[in-house]
Amino acid sequence: MDFGFTIAAYAVAAVLFILSLGGLSGQESAKRAVWYGIVGMAIAVLATLIGPGSGLWLLSLLLIAGGAAVGHQLATRVQMTQMPELVAIMHSLVGLAAVFVGFNAHMMILNMGQVVAQHGLLLGPEGVAALPVGVYEELSSFGKLIIKKTPVEIGILKIELVLGIWIGAVTFTGSVVAYGKLAGRIDSAAKKLPGGHMLNIAAAALSLLFTITYLSGGGSFSLVLLTLLGLFIGYHLIMGIGGADMPVVVSMLNSYSGWAAAAIGFSLGNDLLIVVGALVGSSGAILSYIMCKAMNRSFISVILGGFGGPAGEQMAVEGEQVAIDVDGVAQALDEADSVIIIPGYGMAVAQAQQNVAELTRRLRAKGKTVRFAIHPVAGRLPGHMNVLLAEAKVPYDIVMEMDEINDDFPDTDVAIVIGSNDIVNPAAQDDPNSPIAGMPVLEVWKAKQVFVSKRGQGTGYSGIENPLFFKDNTRMFYGDAKASLDSLLGKIG
Amino acid sequence: MKIGTPKETYEGENRVAMTPASARDLQKLGHECVIETKAGLAAGFADADYEAAGVEVVKTAAALWKAADIVAKVRVPNETEMKRLRANQTLISFFSPVADEDKMQAAAKKGATVIAMEMIPRISRAQKMDALSSMANIAGYRAVIEAGNNFGRFFTGQITAAGKVPPAKVLVVGAGVAGLAAIGTSTSLGAITYAFDVRPEVAEQVESMGAEFVYLDFEEEQADGASSGGYASVSSPEFREAQLAKFRELAPEMDIVITTALIPNREAPELWTEDMVKAMKPGSVVVDLAAEKGGNCKLTVKDEKIVTDNGVTIIGYTDFPSRMATQASTLYATNIRHLLTDLTPEKDGVIDHDMDDDVIRGATIAHAKEVTFPPPPPKVQAIAAQPKAAVKEPTPEEIRANEVAAFKAQTKQQVTLLGIGAALLLLIGLIAPASFMQHFIVFILSVFIGFQVIWGVAHSLHTPLMAVTNAISSIIILGALIQIGSTGWLITILAALGIFMASINIFGGFLVTRRMLAMFQKS
Repeated sequence: MDFGFTIAAYAVAAVLFILSLGGLSGQESAKRAVWYGIVGMAIAVLATLIGPGSGLWLLSLLLIAGGAAVGHQLATRVQMTQMPELVAIMHSLVGLAAVFVGFNAHMMILNMGQVVAQHGLLLGPEGVAALPVGVYEELSSFGKLIIKKTPVEIGILKIELVLGIWIGAVTFTGSVVAYGKLAGRIDSAAKKLPGGHMLNIAAAALSLLFTITYLSGGGSFSLVLLTLLGLFIGYHLIMGIGGADMPVVVSMLNSYSGWAAAAIGFSLGNDLLIVVGALVGSSGAILSYIMCKAMNRSFISVILGGFGGPAGEQMAVEGEQVAIDVDGVAQALDEADSVIIIPGYGMAVAQAQQNVAELTRRLRAKGKTVRFAIHPVAGRLPGHMNVLLAEAKVPYDIVMEMDEINDDFPDTDVAIVIGSNDIVNPAAQDDPNSPIAGMPVLEVWKAKQVFVSKRGQGTGYSGIENPLFFKDNTRMFYGDAKASLDSLLGKIG
Repeated sequence: MKIGTPKETYEGENRVAMTPASARDLQKLGHECVIETKAGLAAGFADADYEAAGVEVVKTAAALWKAADIVAKVRVPNETEMKRLRANQTLISFFSPVADEDKMQAAAKKGATVIAMEMIPRISRAQKMDALSSMANIAGYRAVIEAGNNFGRFFTGQITAAGKVPPAKVLVVGAGVAGLAAIGTSTSLGAITYAFDVRPEVAEQVESMGAEFVYLDFEEEQADGASSGGYASVSSPEFREAQLAKFRELAPEMDIVITTALIPNREAPELWTEDMVKAMKPGSVVVDLAAEKGGNCKLTVKDEKIVTDNGVTIIGYTDFPSRMATQASTLYATNIRHLLTDLTPEKDGVIDHDMDDDVIRGATIAHAKEVTFPPPPPKVQAIAAQPKAAVKEPTPEEIRANEVAAFKAQTKQQVTLLGIGAALLLLIGLIAPASFMQHFIVFILSVFIGFQVIWGVAHSLHTPLMAVTNAISSIIILGALIQIGSTGWLITILAALGIFMASINIFGGFLVTRRMLAMFQKS
């Protein structure tokens, strides 16, 4: 029984998915693009339910409905500041699903092997042809697919499902750890078990060993061990990466979940899984690349975790941090014509985006030019700041990328840094020994006046001293970002 | 130490180097203060005020010079005062080491220490002692007031029931401290103010004060003022011509011209020529702040106000600060007090004349029987940062060549990548069975499409992109759906779990994306 209809539906769904990703090139077309994705997914699921997946369709539908209810709850309840956590935890689901599906494929191979063995035959088309009438017809569609495979094809199938399970396992624990770090349930500092990378290398080597034993007929036990190793690597790898690198980690996990889907697609012989898995995989890979480039660090060094040690003595920072009170800021803002706001993770933590937006509205109402400068790695997720500002109804045409706005700082009267640190650190340009040397940064210190809203005098996430805070034209506006802005709003009518 | 201030001997000099307020601060440093009777009278400070501030008042100048270890005054000492100066006494005053060279030699011979207020280096740290700047500030302000006094109209434009009054047009030549002060005063009175300076980098300062900078159509590398300590230097003859031509063009329109152009240790340059004065309207006013050094206008008579045949008033006063003696004395006394603060680091009334200190070394012209002028260059450089060497503009040919080279490099990289990719594919194709290769083609093409499509995604939409890709990666649900109907309870349970989790993802992912995108809006 062939499913010509299903394949046709898959083709349509694949096209819709590609359009869906392509449509994200602009804010307006993006709204349409989501619908393409939704329709594509609906077509794919329905076609599978009607075709090869018709076995327990009622149960399937119930499960989907249950999942839909949970998903709906999650999506409507989540705060925009928690978006990184949500994305991370959802990746873990895909990873786990991939592990389950992979195991199922493995069990099916065993089952089918038993079926043909009962009749003294081997897997493959010849064996199927020699089966007694009725046996083949009684098999499920998945069983039929497996039973026809020759030993070479089974071998390939095993490689694919090992890949799928292993990547899925890494994705699962990795995402859970990433979630924990983003949600603040696990300490976000980079932590490694004793042995560090050697443990990872050893685990990877063991994984390879078990893959070989499994392929040469090692059975279920080696597959389980392999999965455990994958789970360990995912856990240990992400534990070793600091909170500041989370944008890269999240997009990397996104990529992994795609590759896992693609690997499973191979083992099931399902082209749509392959197409979508590859799309997601490459998308995540590109995002990781963009994030790494924004930090001027290689992907490898991010994955290996932590900032590399300084190459030499770092420049000593001279001067002192000068604090300013709310009246001073209000007065400076009152006199300024052009203002640039640089939000960072601190704004998200303090949930201050609404206050920032209100400040923007009031300043704009007074005829001042207010713009936002967004560094590519601001926040804990690619594009994190854009989403928060959009939630607070800041118009997206005054939200600028780093390259668009960096040349405008010298002409700016006031730059307000809200909860960001490394992305405005002049040491990246001035100090060749700084751990972030060479990272492109927002050149806020070129503005006539800089206000830094910050909780206290400590260093930022990465623990690097920031000379910006000590510059002559910088004033520190200490306090929780939300409370500070609240009091500031009181002064600006 | 005893710090003393005599009454100024120069005629018409109303300022005084010590005020009751500065005396109080000096006493906090551990010093004693002494003043000649009536020294502060012209500046509005009575002897009683000084006494109230704990200052000893002595009857004669001779007694003061005898009593004081440090003499602080305004003008260069005259012959009598030079005679009174004695060994190990410190004199702080305006003292031009070039014009008064013989006095400087004499002081050194006697073993007295002389600190010349003119010589305070122009570095940020020394701004609080920079008496030239504080006096220039007053001169600039007063120049506008004097001009207004002699100008028959309003500065500001008005439309009244009694008719329309056009605003006055003011040109300030030289945007140093005095020039900037004049600009500020003039704009705040409501006049339309223009300003010119040979140092193009001050255009920003001029504009920040509300005046319009007069640019010349002239291409020449201008010496940055920062290299000469913030002062103007001599310009080339061609530049001068262009400058005069511009002034000639402006002269008929201007109601008030204030010239402040001075070059250190030189005659003032002639900038406002006779023909420009002739071109001006009757009733116009020229204030020449450079009159002391010969004037920027050759018609200027030092210390006098003249009216030309065509009715233009030219003011050549040199005593603007003295005309505002109270204000000038307050500022000057504060400058002196700051200097003494630096000279008394321990605040114990003991002077530590630290010749390694840039500021003190720079201002000291006679010390320990030696003439110590000119000073070595200060260790801390200049007030303004030097502009970075201009990046050379690449020529069109170079740009083209660069583009070609970049294109070639890109082509090479692409071909190499394609070559390696193709080789790998062929290698896999040799081993893998055909059924695998069919799927593999799909995989490769999808990766390729993915790379092409994702590059176009806007930065700001990266979070929605992740949510969408997360949602569609739940396509893994298809695998679970296919498997759920198979034999074996374990398979069914695992598949069911897979379906459940994947569908959470599908709905959660798409819904959250929609929520996010709905928020993006244009202004």
